[in-house]
Amino acid sequence: MIGEGIQSTNQRKHSYVQDRVEVGFFTDPSVCIGCKACEVACKEWNEVPDDGFTWSGNSYDNTGHLGASTWRHVMFLEQDRQKGNQVTGPMGLRNPQSEIYNPQSDDPFRWVFVSDVCKHCEEAGCLEACPTGSIVRTEVGSVLVQNDVCNGCGYCVVSCPFGVIDRRPEPLPDAGGAFKCTFCYDRQKSGLVPACAKVCPTESIVFGRLDDLRVRASERVKHLQESGYSDAQLYDPRETSVRGIHAFFLILGEPEAYGLPPKPQIPTIYLKSAWTSAFATAIASIIAALVAFAFFS
Amino acid sequence: MPGLGTSFGRGGATTAQQDLANADCILIEGSSMAEAHPVGFRWVMKAKERGATIIHVDPRFSRTSALADIWVPMRAGGDIAFLGGIIRHIIENNLFFREYVVHFTNASCILREDFRDTEEGATGFFSGWNEEQRAYDKGSWAYDGDGGLSFPERDLTLQHPRCVFQTLRRHFTRYTPEMVEKICGISSVLFQKVADALVAASGPDKTAAICYALGWTQHSKGVQIIRTASILQLLLGNIGRPGGGILALRGHASIQGSTDIPTLYDILPGYLSMPKGDGSEETLRDYLAHQTKPTGLWNNYPNYFISLLKAYYGKNATAENDFGYSWIPKLTGNHSFFEYLYDMADGKMEGMFMMGQNPAVAAANSRFQRTSLSKLKWLVVREMVEIEAATFWRSDAPEIERGELKTEDIETEVFLFPAAGHAEKEGAFTQTQRMLQWREKAVNPPGDARSEGWFMHQLALRLIAKAKQSSDPLDEPLRALDWWYPEDEYGEPQMESVLAEINGWSTNPQPGADGVVFGGVDRKGNPHHGPQVDGFGKLKADGSTASGCWIYSGVLGPDKINKANSRNSKNYLGHGWGFVWPADRRIIYNRASAKPTGEPWSERKKLVWWDPAQGKWGGIDVPDFVPDKSPDYRPTGNESGLAGIPGDAPFILHEDGLGWLHVPKGLQDGPMPTHYEPLESPVHNALYSRDTNPAVNWFTRQENRFAPPGDPRFPFVLTTYRLTEHHTAGGMSRFLSHLAELQPELFAEMSPELAAELKIKNGDYISIVSLRGAIESRALVSRRMRPMHLNGKTVHQIAMPFHFGTAGPVKGGATNDLVPISGEPNVTIMEAKALACNIVPCRLPRGPAFHEWFKKYVPQGGPPNLHPEQPPPGASPGPEAGGHGQHGKTDSR
Repeated sequence: MIGEGIQSTNQRKHSYVQDRVEVGFFTDPSVCIGCKACEVACKEWNEVPDDGFTWSGNSYDNTGHLGASTWRHVMFLEQDRQKGNQVTGPMGLRNPQSEIYNPQSDDPFRWVFVSDVCKHCEEAGCLEACPTGSIVRTEVGSVLVQNDVCNGCGYCVVSCPFGVIDRRPEPLPDAGGAFKCTFCYDRQKSGLVPACAKVCPTESIVFGRLDDLRVRASERVKHLQESGYSDAQLYDPRETSVRGIHAFFLILGEPEAYGLPPKPQIPTIYLKSAWTSAFATAIASIIAALVAFAFFS
Repeated sequence: MPGLGTSFGRGGATTAQQDLANADCILIEGSSMAEAHPVGFRWVMKAKERGATIIHVDPRFSRTSALADIWVPMRAGGDIAFLGGIIRHIIENNLFFREYVVHFTNASCILREDFRDTEEGATGFFSGWNEEQRAYDKGSWAYDGDGGLSFPERDLTLQHPRCVFQTLRRHFTRYTPEMVEKICGISSVLFQKVADALVAASGPDKTAAICYALGWTQHSKGVQIIRTASILQLLLGNIGRPGGGILALRGHASIQGSTDIPTLYDILPGYLSMPKGDGSEETLRDYLAHQTKPTGLWNNYPNYFISLLKAYYGKNATAENDFGYSWIPKLTGNHSFFEYLYDMADGKMEGMFMMGQNPAVAAANSRFQRTSLSKLKWLVVREMVEIEAATFWRSDAPEIERGELKTEDIETEVFLFPAAGHAEKEGAFTQTQRMLQWREKAVNPPGDARSEGWFMHQLALRLIAKAKQSSDPLDEPLRALDWWYPEDEYGEPQMESVLAEINGWSTNPQPGADGVVFGGVDRKGNPHHGPQVDGFGKLKADGSTASGCWIYSGVLGPDKINKANSRNSKNYLGHGWGFVWPADRRIIYNRASAKPTGEPWSERKKLVWWDPAQGKWGGIDVPDFVPDKSPDYRPTGNESGLAGIPGDAPFILHEDGLGWLHVPKGLQDGPMPTHYEPLESPVHNALYSRDTNPAVNWFTRQENRFAPPGDPRFPFVLTTYRLTEHHTAGGMSRFLSHLAELQPELFAEMSPELAAELKIKNGDYISIVSLRGAIESRALVSRRMRPMHLNGKTVHQIAMPFHFGTAGPVKGGATNDLVPISGEPNVTIMEAKALACNIVPCRLPRGPAFHEWFKKYVPQGGPPNLHPEQPPPGASPGPEAGGHGQHGKTDSR
C-alpha cells in the first residue's frame, strides 16, 4: 500500500530470480496520476531511443501505443462516464434556480490513466512463434527477447494477441530487431525492482510475487466496488489460451476501451484447424489433379 | 509568502507532505499537485485511501482533478470570493472551532476606532489610502489601546463591535453563495458541497489541509489569496495540528531555500530585513531599534543579525565598527527583477549574470525580455544547454526572424559557461516543507562544466583580489569579506564548509578543539573559527558567534554531523531524514495541537502536549514552543522576548503569540483579503466599485499594455500552467528526448463549446493574441475545459503550458510572450494566471509578415495605460516593496 516506503515490494531488494519465484505487475488506474514516470524510467534504464516527436492531439498521449521503442505506455482516456462517486463540476448537482444549471451539466465525465505494458503471457504467442530461440521464458516467468539472437524475422509481431512486440524501424539504433518490455530481467537478477515500478509515485504499478499481487488485486477491486466504482474489474484472462498474464490490470469499464482484447488467444490454438484445412486442401487438390488427369486422358 | 508570514509568523509551509496522509479533507487550489508535485501527491492518495475527501478547485480539469473526489471548475481569479464565501458560511452558521479561535487567534483583539473597511460604501478601499502615493498609510489597521501588538486588549466573548472577529464577520457578509456564483461561476450546490466537506473535517478529532502553488501566487492579489486560506484554516482550527496546515508547494527544487538564503534584493538570510537607505536606518543602532520587537522570537533580532555580519566579515567585524554594518548595501528603491529589466531596456544596465533562469521563455512579457537583453553590453549565461536567453541575437529568435532586431546591430557580448548538472555537484536543497536534504556528487561534470559554487567562489576570489589592489572606499566591503572556504582539487569550494558557516560557530578560533569542523582553520591554514553552535538559541549579539542563516542553525552542530545528509527516518514525520528549519520542527506552531490547557485535542490528532509531571512539552514532533513554559503561564505586561508570550499562544514569532485573522501590520494592500478582479478581466467587480487591487504596480509601458475590463477585442480568459513532462522554461526537459517526445508541441486547451463557436477542430493550428504579443499553438479540444457563466455572461477560458521556445529538439511559441509584467504590491509577482486574449483560427504568419497581421488584432500607438484604473506613466508605481523580511517574503516566479 502507499506509504510503506522501503518496506514496499516496489522498493525492497529481492531474490526472486535465484528463488525462481513467479513475479508480476499489478497496474491500478484508480491511483494512476498519468505522470509517465514509468515510460521515462523504462527508457532511461533500458536505453530505449525516442519514438519520434509527434503531437497527437489525443489528450496527453503523444506516444500512442506500445512498440519497439515504447515498452511502457500511459493511456489517457477521456470518457463521458462517472468515476466512482466523483463529482466533476456541476455534473449531477441540480439546482434549477442556478443559471449554471443546464441540461448538459448532467453529463458525467472522467479522465482515466493506465500504464500499459507487455503482459508476459503464461502461454506466449511470440515465444511459440520465434524460430530462432531468441525469445525465452525466464526463472521468474517473464518472457524475454534476447536481442543478440533475434534475426528480425517478425513472426513474433503477428503472433502477439495484444499487439505489444514490434520491430524497430530505421534509422533508430538496433533497427530491424524485435523489442518489447524485458521485465527489467537484468535488474531483477541483481535483486532490483523493475524501473517502472520503482519510480511510480502512487504505486499504481506494483511489482511483486504473482500470488500476492492477485490477492491484493481482488481486494482492491472489492474495495473499489464497495466505494462506488461499480465498473471496476480485473483484467486477467486465465480462461483463454494465454492461460493468464504476469502483468494484469484493474480496469474501470470494458477492456475494449483500453485496447485489451476481451478474450485474447495465442495463434497456435488455430494450428489444429489450420493443419486440418491444409491437409484437406492438399487431399482435395490431389484428387482434383487425379480426376483432371483421368478426365483428359 | 507574506501571506503565511503575516498570518502565522513564518513564510514557509506549516506542515510536511507526509502529514497530508493524516488529513480528513484536502483542498488543492491554485495548484495541480499531481502534475507539478507528483512525488508528494502520493500522500494525498494515501489520505484518499484512508477515506479523506480530496477537492480540487481549478479552471482546468487536470490530472489532479482526475484523482479528486470533487472538481470545482472556477473562473481564473475568483479565489478570494470563493474562499471568502466559505469563511462567511462558517462564521454566519457558527461552524468555526470556537475554543481554538478564541484562544489561539487574534479574533478577540480590539481594533482602532478610525479603521474603515472596504465594505463601507463598497468602495474596495481600506482606511489610509493615499491616491497620490498609490499606497496605504497603515496606521489605522493596528490594535487599539496602549499595549501595542505585544499586549493587546481582548474580548474573549468575541462580542465587542470592534474586535477582529466582528470586523471579519462584517467584511465577508456580502460574500454569499449567490455572489460566489456570480464571480466564480460556481453553482451554489457545488459551493455547498465543498463547504460541507471542509466543515465536516474540522474540530478536535478532525483536520483538513490546504495545498497551493503558483496558481495562487501569480495573481495581482496573490498574497491576499493565501491570507484568505490562512483565515479559513485558523477558523477551522487546522494550523499546527496533524493532517492540517497549509502546504505552500514551491515551484523549483530549492525555491524555499532561495528565499531562506535569498536571491532577493530586499531581504537578508533568515528573513532579516535589508537596511533602508532613506536615512532612517543609517546606523546599526537605528536599524536594530526598528527591527527588534519587544515580545516574541524577533526580540532576539540582534543575535541573528550580528551573527550574520560576523559570518560575512569575520574578524573584520568588530564592536568598534558596528560589526561592519556600513558595508551592507542599503535599499534605495524597488530593485526587483522587473525594475531592473526596465533599466536594461532603457540602457541603464550594462551587464548581467544569468543562472538557473531563462527569461526569454519563462519570464512575463518574454518578448520584451528578449528585446531588452539586446541592450546589454555583456551577458553571462551559465547553463547545461544553449537556452533562448543566450541566443536572442541569432536568426532563430522571433525578433530577428521578424526583422525587429538585426543581429549585426546587437552589441551584447554573450558568455555561455557550461554548468554542472545536479548529479555533478554536491550541496543542499531546501524543499517545499522547509527540509534541507544533502546531495552527494555522483560523477564529475564533463569538460569545463562547473558548479554554481565553483563559479561564485572563483568570481569572489578574483573580485576580492582586484579590490585589494584598489584604494577606493567603495571596494571596502569586498576587501572586508571573510572568504575562507577550503577547496577541493578542482578549485570547487567544499560545500560542507559553507553549511558549517550557515549553522554558525563560536568566533574565537580554537583549532583542533571539540566540536570544531575543518580543523578550525581557513583555506590557508590560519586559525579561523571555534566550535559549532548548537542551534539559534546559542547565537549572541556581542560578536562571539557567527551564523550565515540563523533559521538553519542546528543543521551541523557541535556533534559535527551534517543532519541534512541523515537518511534514517524514525517516524512518520521523517525525523532522522534531512533537517527541517527551525530546529527540526516538522509541523510548526504545533503548540496548537494541544488544548489551551495543554492536553491533546483528541487521541486521534495528538502531536505535542504538556507533561505536567515533568513540567515540559513533549510528543511526536519537536515542540515549537519554549520547552518548559506551562500552559497557564501569563505575562504581566512588562516582559520582553518570549517571556511576553502567554502559555496558550502558539504563534511565537508574533508579538502577541496569536494567529492573525486581521493583519495589524506587514501588508501593503489591506489587513483582510478583498476580492478584486484580475488586472485583465472579462467582467467588472461585482462586489466593489473598484475593479483591481489599488496598490498594484502596473509597470506601465507601451510594450506592456493591459486590456480594459470586458474588452471585446480580447474576450477570452487565458490561464497558464505547467505540464508534468516539462520543467519551467524547458532547459532541463525540452532538450531531453525522453521528455520532449511526451509533450512535443505547444497547445491550448479549450472547451468543445468554444471550439464550435470559433469553428476550430481538435489539432488545428491557432494563433493566440494579447496586447503584448502573439504565438501559434495547436488546439486541444476537451471537456476538461468548461464555459463559465458569470452573472448572465458566458466566459470562455483557455489554458496553455509555458515550456516552449526556439531552442532544442522540440520548438514552439513562448506563452509568456502574451503575459504582461505586473507587480503584486507585497512581492512584485506578475499576474500570469488570469489574462485576456483573443484566438484566431489560423497559423501565425512568420517573418516580417507578422507585423501587418498583428496590427489587425492589436492597435499600435495610443497611450500606454488603456485600463481605466491604470495610472499614467510617471505616476507613483505604488507602495515601496521591501522591508518585509520578518514576514517571510518569498519569490515564486
